[in-house]
Amino acid sequence: MVPWFACSAAIMFVAGLYISFFVAPTDIQQGEAYRIMFIHVPASILSMFIYLVMAGYAALGLIFNTRLSSMMASALAPTGALLAFLSLWTGALWGKPMWGAWWVWDARLTSELILLFLYLGFIALHASIDDPRRADRASALLAIIGSVNVPIIYFSVQWWNTLHQGASVKLTGTSMHVAMQQGMYTMMLAVWLYAIAVSLLRVRSIILERESKTQWVSELMEIKR
Amino acid sequence: MNWGEFFAMNGYAWYIWGSFGMALLVFIVEIVMVRHRRALILQQLHLMGNAEDL
Repeated sequence: MVPWFACSAAIMFVAGLYISFFVAPTDIQQGEAYRIMFIHVPASILSMFIYLVMAGYAALGLIFNTRLSSMMASALAPTGALLAFLSLWTGALWGKPMWGAWWVWDARLTSELILLFLYLGFIALHASIDDPRRADRASALLAIIGSVNVPIIYFSVQWWNTLHQGASVKLTGTSMHVAMQQGMYTMMLAVWLYAIAVSLLRVRSIILERESKTQWVSELMEIKR
Repeated sequence: MNWGEFFAMNGYAWYIWGSFGMALLVFIVEIVMVRHRRALILQQLHLMGNAEDL
């Protein structure tokens, strides 16, 4: 499964970057700078989406006491944190030429920063408790409570008067050029596939680390030797 | 359009390549770390298996 997702991610990245830089036209208002969108928007959306998936897995682990869903939550957290960081980084590099500031305490920017801290808090809390099952339960609680923040990020541009622009793509239609949309969706799919590939690879290590004392892992090693 | 103009991005080069460059860097670092973690646990398990044989 991992090579399959990794290969499709690579293909989508190449296609997405090609559309982003060679097909999509220059923006009338923002010139070439808008091209940051092609990495900023996918990173931001996936950072929110992965958080919800992570909280969902954590909740499943908490309710049904299943070990694998908790391991999946731990495997998603670092990838989500990296995407939240990328969202803020690319946002800063976009904000500087467009707004004249790297950072403003705007509702959307602040809530995305909180999302990054929630990811880091999840990882740190999990790492600070020795017993993995207790760590799962404690960090699951943090993940579930923190998921309140995701709709706040998403709707922040509607609820408050923010410097960050509103959504360009809505259910009722879009204000974007068709090639810009294609580039954005291709890049989003690429980041999505990448996140799946890298999380699956990570969860395989986590499973081996946590089940290393069990019969099946030692039997697996017999075969591999 | 030649390559020089392309990389200059009409004056936005630092912002655009800074964004995509950081994305590339972050993805590469993550892949290296995940692969390293996997190699490490596999190595440990092999050591454990060998220890039991002794």
